[in-house]
Amino acid sequence: MQNEKVQSEWDIIVKSKTGLFDLKLKEIYQYKDLIWLFVKRNYSTRYKQMILGPAWIIITPLFTILTYSIVFGGIAGLSTDGIPKPLFYLAGTIIWGFFSSGVISNSNTFTNNAGLFGKIYFPRMVVPLSTMITLFFDFCVQFFLMLLLLAFYAYRGINIVWNWTVIFLPLYLLQIGLLAMGVGIIVSSLTTKYRDLGVLINFGLQIWMYASPVIYSITLIPQRYRQWFMFNPVTPVILAFKYSFLGIGEISYGFWGISWIITLLTLFGAIILFNQVEKNFMDTV
Amino acid sequence: MPKVIIKIKNIKKKYRLGTIGGGTLKGDIQSWISVKLGKEDPNAMIDDTDGKKKKEFWALKGINIEISEGERVGIIGTNGAGKSTLLKLLSRVTAPTEGEIYIKGRITSMLEIGTGFHGELTGRENIYLNGSILGMKKEEIDQKIEDIIKFSECEQFIDTPVKRYSSGMYVKLAFAVAAHLNSEIMIMDEVLAVGDMAFQQKCLDKMSEVSKNEGKTILYVSHNMGTIRRLCDRCLVLEKGNIVFDGDVEKAIQRYLKIESVMKVENVIDDSMRDRVLDNDMTLRVRLIGIDLIGQDNNYIEAGDKFKFRATFKCEEDIEKVFFRCIISKLDGIAAGTAMSQAVENCKKNDVKEIVFEFDSSQIAPGQYSMKVILFKPNYNGAHEKYDAVANALAFEVIATKGQFFNYAWPSSGWGSTSYPMLRVVE
Repeated sequence: MQNEKVQSEWDIIVKSKTGLFDLKLKEIYQYKDLIWLFVKRNYSTRYKQMILGPAWIIITPLFTILTYSIVFGGIAGLSTDGIPKPLFYLAGTIIWGFFSSGVISNSNTFTNNAGLFGKIYFPRMVVPLSTMITLFFDFCVQFFLMLLLLAFYAYRGINIVWNWTVIFLPLYLLQIGLLAMGVGIIVSSLTTKYRDLGVLINFGLQIWMYASPVIYSITLIPQRYRQWFMFNPVTPVILAFKYSFLGIGEISYGFWGISWIITLLTLFGAIILFNQVEKNFMDTV
Repeated sequence: MPKVIIKIKNIKKKYRLGTIGGGTLKGDIQSWISVKLGKEDPNAMIDDTDGKKKKEFWALKGINIEISEGERVGIIGTNGAGKSTLLKLLSRVTAPTEGEIYIKGRITSMLEIGTGFHGELTGRENIYLNGSILGMKKEEIDQKIEDIIKFSECEQFIDTPVKRYSSGMYVKLAFAVAAHLNSEIMIMDEVLAVGDMAFQQKCLDKMSEVSKNEGKTILYVSHNMGTIRRLCDRCLVLEKGNIVFDGDVEKAIQRYLKIESVMKVENVIDDSMRDRVLDNDMTLRVRLIGIDLIGQDNNYIEAGDKFKFRATFKCEEDIEKVFFRCIISKLDGIAAGTAMSQAVENCKKNDVKEIVFEFDSSQIAPGQYSMKVILFKPNYNGAHEKYDAVANALAFEVIATKGQFFNYAWPSSGWGSTSYPMLRVVE
């Protein structure tokens, strides 16, 4: 009773320790305007003094699929399951791109914002959230590009079968977004102390990409290894995305479920770590 | 009885000295394995006192304060006293090692002006961004944007990216945002040290106004006693992580100046203070023994006041007349001016005389000075006999805390070391 009264009397209580898993959702909601302003800032500063500006959102994946089509599709001759090469690579690239840029952008959260974090308090989670929203808009543009490409091939008479699972798209994005945020936050929390990780993460993501069916078809993996392969939380999502929009492969709901569990566990771990680091990182960064 | 809105309970903050944690993952793993194996940590810091592994530094050693609504609290202290740490804890930038802080209402900190400004964004965009970082909602900023722009005096450039702003404009815009926040508590760390004089004045007025009219609580850290005096109605003095004084502003400033004072009030002259090369014509028929400031317990002299000092000297022979010449120099050795004394007459052999002089400091600009004292006798042909010459016989600082100079720090490099009498309006 006494305790309750003390709590309601004060708006802010600064303590040496906070709860392990304190999301501060209410506080983040209060700062929702700031999230949007950060998104706006990310956009308006990213393309300042660039001739092509936002066109780069489209140009980058176009260059990537061109390279992949030549190297992996042409020279290496990897199968694309009967789907036109550009379309196959684009589908993999945009979903992987969303993930990897999410990880990389978030992995710099603390070190890049040290100046800001060191001077003013606001819920730190605002920064990774706004980063993910920014990247989500990038994805939308690239996804539209993919739809155009689909329409183009349909016009050329190449039959690509969509199916009802396209309604899962928000789920795919949510999961990839949460996972990227989780991994990125873990890396950024650790880089405040260990700068090595900042270098490692680029390399690690490259390996991760080759361990995911971005540029090749899952059918290339021998059956007996395939289930291990599926424990990579990104793999079931990429496969499901390709199934929904390109009609190849299938959705293995079991592995997708496992991948969701891994995603949520990663995110919980990330938030716990983030809460620990954010309080004192100014003293160690 | 006004409501207590900030309650600080036994706050402590510890920092580790030296490189933190070895810096690399390898170092930490190495340390961890060694400790597990019972060996000595190869990355432990060397400590010659008691072999403890970590050197610690307590920036705050248990602070207890209660601050009520509407109070304007100044925080002063020497560098490293813990002022900024305290503000950082209050603004939740870093967490305390021990203790709790209870706060009622919204809190805004301006530890550094213009944080969160982005060079590529325009002034207007930055107002929104900065305002949101400081905790304002978009509607609130919409309401106030015109006032903010007007206050910042940057109307003309408001749609120009701030990277093209001069540093003064940058500061003005940032302060304008901060001054228009709706928070109940404002924390400021020497934000007024920048900006031109007129704008400083305007900011101080604005702060006083919001505090008085809207009952805002202000915590203000500064080394500028003038602004503390103008803005605050309560003052804390921090020293080495402890509060050594809490209360009346004047008394707090006195207390602080005492801590700061490294200059002695009483000065005994020894032979090392005589420069045999520069003053090789000293006859030493009269010797200066001591120079003491009297009537005050520190070496701070309020600009415009008269101060007294006592000169003690000994005559080795019968001397008819002794004159004093005091050369006042800046600490870099450049002479600022010289004062001559009236004659002291009739000094017999082995007499020790004590003379009290009054010095009118009204023409010395604020700053730190040292005084060289020369004892001499003029001859009728224009030459003079130099009895004794002592450099640095007395050091003192002239400070303007009462606002003669509009609370503006006297920039001696630009304005010189002489403050001429105030220009009077005659017509």
